[in-house]
Amino acid sequence: MRKGLIYIILSICILIAGIFSVGLGAVPIPAGEVFQLMLHKLGIYHMAQVNEQHNVIIFIVRFPRLLLAILVGAALGISGAAIQGIFRNPLAEPGLIGISAGGTLMAVAIIGLEGALLTGLSNIFGYYLLAFGAFVGAGITALLIYQISKHNGKPNVATMLLAGIAINALAGALTGLITYLSSEQQLRNITFWMLGSLGGATWQTVTCLAPFVLIPVLLLPASGKALNAFALGEMQAGHLGLDVNKTKRRVILLSTMAIGAAVSLTGIINFMGLLVPHIVRLVLGVDNKHVIPASALLGALTLIVADIISRTLIAPIELPIGVITALIGAPVFLYILIRDKRKLSFA
Amino acid sequence: MLTINNITYSVGQAKLLKDISFSIKPGEMVAILGANGAGKSTLLKMLAGTDQPESGSVSLHGRLLNSYTQLELAHQRTVLTQQNVVSLPFLVKEIVMMGRYPHFQHSPAAKDFHIVQTAMEATGVQAFADRQYPTLSGGEQQRVQLARSLAQVWEQPNALLLMDEPVAGMDILYQQQTLAILRSMAQKKFIVVSVLHDMNLASQYADRIIMMKRGRKWYDGTPAEVLNPKSVYEIFEIKADVFTNPSTLKQIIMPHEIVFEQSKTPLTH
Repeated sequence: MRKGLIYIILSICILIAGIFSVGLGAVPIPAGEVFQLMLHKLGIYHMAQVNEQHNVIIFIVRFPRLLLAILVGAALGISGAAIQGIFRNPLAEPGLIGISAGGTLMAVAIIGLEGALLTGLSNIFGYYLLAFGAFVGAGITALLIYQISKHNGKPNVATMLLAGIAINALAGALTGLITYLSSEQQLRNITFWMLGSLGGATWQTVTCLAPFVLIPVLLLPASGKALNAFALGEMQAGHLGLDVNKTKRRVILLSTMAIGAAVSLTGIINFMGLLVPHIVRLVLGVDNKHVIPASALLGALTLIVADIISRTLIAPIELPIGVITALIGAPVFLYILIRDKRKLSFA
Repeated sequence: MLTINNITYSVGQAKLLKDISFSIKPGEMVAILGANGAGKSTLLKMLAGTDQPESGSVSLHGRLLNSYTQLELAHQRTVLTQQNVVSLPFLVKEIVMMGRYPHFQHSPAAKDFHIVQTAMEATGVQAFADRQYPTLSGGEQQRVQLARSLAQVWEQPNALLLMDEPVAGMDILYQQQTLAILRSMAQKKFIVVSVLHDMNLASQYADRIIMMKRGRKWYDGTPAEVLNPKSVYEIFEIKADVFTNPSTLKQIIMPHEIVFEQSKTPLTH
């Protein structure tokens, strides 16, 4: 099957890009050695002499970063595809319509309230709390946007995008307000956190993020069929025997779980949720049974590559990864806008 | 058997349906006629179970419609709505397969593929099976949606077919073919209820016509019983001659020409 082959190709590409990415940096490590070290760690292959420095760099610094890129990329790709299915529009990018900002606001609020609630967010519990808070913020925002943009049982594109602008502005303002009210220590935490990059990756952040991403990645593909029916319209999907509200709840819950957790650890990385499903649809067609799982894989691959570019383009300076994804994603967004101009004007 | 018992429905102050009762037997093809805003689509929504009547009841095969689960209902009735915008460029065969969604969990069975194929052939869309839905014309899209709604209940005689203006946007050949398909479904003991605008199509194909006005059932009977100049004037406020075709004995409605009274004041740009 041609479609099954795509999954294999994507997985191989992720493996290759991953090994390449781990080798890159101030201390370059050849891909062959990375591969051997990996096998050595797994106990499959015995290396006569292990370079201790390389071993530490790879497994303490670069491996968590790679895993974070994979998890965040998969989260952004899969949730973009799923949210677009619910909103019945390929322009429904979680960052643009304010879902990510809702998550950010909640996370910043938690840091701002840190002193009152708990002391020290550096422990593993702190990460979980941040991730969970961002999930709640993202979930509430998604429901809000959906209700605002709904007209005659169908989300209206123009209202959705405009509501997104307003929610982004509102969340931005509230986030700003909290930072002004914060103590110096909290401010340091917020600023460090808002810089938003994969640079803060540790094994702690990776283990914290993993369940928030793996659960949606495993469960969302089962909603593919329901999301296809959604494309016909909410009422029509109901005529096909679908429990429309249950589907909506399930998909919004699972996708904001992934978005929220990702945002809480790396900040907002825009346009990933738009770019990735768009490319998948060009190659595989629009059937959500394939678009959803393939978007997770392509999302992971895209973020690994974006991370490689951000680290090497003007090395040794590291560009924020959002710059790279926006550079590619924004033109794609404009392209879809122009392509669908006629359809959108009376939507 | 579809039984509608004294249903009313209102939105805010506006009473959209008032005291409507009738029942339809399997094998009957019923056309619903009425002017814009007469309540035809609202009535269809009550029959579909999409909305609940304020009072009164709708039952299908002796069971209240609201006692069916969504999935049970999807096996027993299918709906073709007026507006069908598909948000992603699905292929035609993928859209028609969606009609089979109530019948399988993850992957369609051989039977589902077979029914999709048959439904596409019946509606004349198999030539576009691999084309993207948005690239089709309005009438072609409507035929694809018809194929999808037929595929949903294809092997389920007694099922209810609810069609809201099924021929909208179709050329005359496909208007005739669509109604011929619906009538053949009725002959297979389906219950067919179709909102139509064209009285002549209704006269040609329906066993029975229900005429609505201001949310009420006004006339109910065979085409010969209900189609006459008086009823046409009452329902549509147009004067018309009604002939009987001597060879088919079906009614033919010919509206009188309306002369548009030009306004005395010239139009300014």
